[in-house]
Amino acid sequence: MYTQGLVSIEGAGGPEEERFQARIDAEERIEANDAMPEAYRRTLLRQISQHAHSEIVGMLPEGNWITRAPSLKRKAALLAKVQDEGGHGLYLYAAAETLGSSREEMVAALLDGRAKYSSIFNYPTPTWADIGAIGWLVDGAAIMNQIPLCRCSYGPYARAMIRICREESFHQRQGYEIMMTLCRGSEAQKAMAQAALDRWWWPCLMMFGPPDAESEHGNASTRWKIKRFSNDALRQKFIDATVPQARYLGLVIPDPALRFDIASGHWCTGPIDWVEFRRVLAGGGTCNRERLEARRNAQADGAWVREAARAYAAKQRRQAA
Amino acid sequence: MSEAAVPLWEVFIRARQGLAHRHVGSVHATDAALALQAARDVYTRRGEGLSIWVVPSVAITASDPADKDELFEPTASKIYRHPTFYDIPDDVGHM
Repeated sequence: MYTQGLVSIEGAGGPEEERFQARIDAEERIEANDAMPEAYRRTLLRQISQHAHSEIVGMLPEGNWITRAPSLKRKAALLAKVQDEGGHGLYLYAAAETLGSSREEMVAALLDGRAKYSSIFNYPTPTWADIGAIGWLVDGAAIMNQIPLCRCSYGPYARAMIRICREESFHQRQGYEIMMTLCRGSEAQKAMAQAALDRWWWPCLMMFGPPDAESEHGNASTRWKIKRFSNDALRQKFIDATVPQARYLGLVIPDPALRFDIASGHWCTGPIDWVEFRRVLAGGGTCNRERLEARRNAQADGAWVREAARAYAAKQRRQAA
Repeated sequence: MSEAAVPLWEVFIRARQGLAHRHVGSVHATDAALALQAARDVYTRRGEGLSIWVVPSVAITASDPADKDELFEPTASKIYRHPTFYDIPDDVGHM
């Protein structure tokens, strides 16, 4: 249904595009079948499908610990969380499909490596404390990024984000609770929590994307009200929120240069290693190959299920005829 | 990998008795029973509903956004369709 009658606005800077921008400026939401500039459609499609891929690949690092969760309570919570990530991926794929791409196309783009997903999921989860750190920090950073997207100019994306944000809050709280339990435990448990923070802190700061001065997608996205805050502004918000939370746990942020700037009222960090960021983005992370392989296997292993479902549906149709 | 596309279904959920079913999103499924099952898994993980409808997306006929003015503009001038168009003295009381 969605792919019928996609209306594109031709001619950049023409009167139609001006009218489109006026609608955006008036905080009007754009809906699936509305006329829109091709670049707006492309930008959204890229962003929403990458976001969907991230949710799906994001199930893997945590799925790794479901069978080894330390208690039934933790196992039930982790299972529910990973299930949520799957659900979030599906809401987002559905939103992306309204822009004219098919689910099959998007999945194929992920599996053959054309599409990207969040680099954070290319880091491994060697201990149970990593599950706590992911909930607290990775989901915390994701929430910072996602809350402004609830007001994004594209209606289907904004609606998916509202639902996702409502569900994410449990993810962060369960992660922080895991960290708190470890920090109140034995010396070894506290050390495990500290080591997880040491592993995840810098990659989480990178999740907000390159510094504003180097961001390639920033300007148009801001003009179209897809992006409401800059990478650096959101990163700062995350740092200011997280540093006191780490202190409450009695953990040390792995940054000797970290200091509170009284004049601005913000926490200032040392330099972020953008070389590392680009290395992982380009495929050089610990788990890049493993993650894609897991997704490819899942797709291949599920082929007979899809085939059976299709055959059954065809049989039902034959019998009804 | 050239599998046939799995059809799209629109999902509607009644949150409580007394409320209408409301559109919440869509799922892919090969038949209605699987669509219902997928909708239940994806859209009702936290007690969001008591009843689900799934409708093949291709069965929905939608108005064209380009016809918006033609379809909906005429009502803007028909202010006499609203109760506030009519003057009733305050003395009459609430009406």
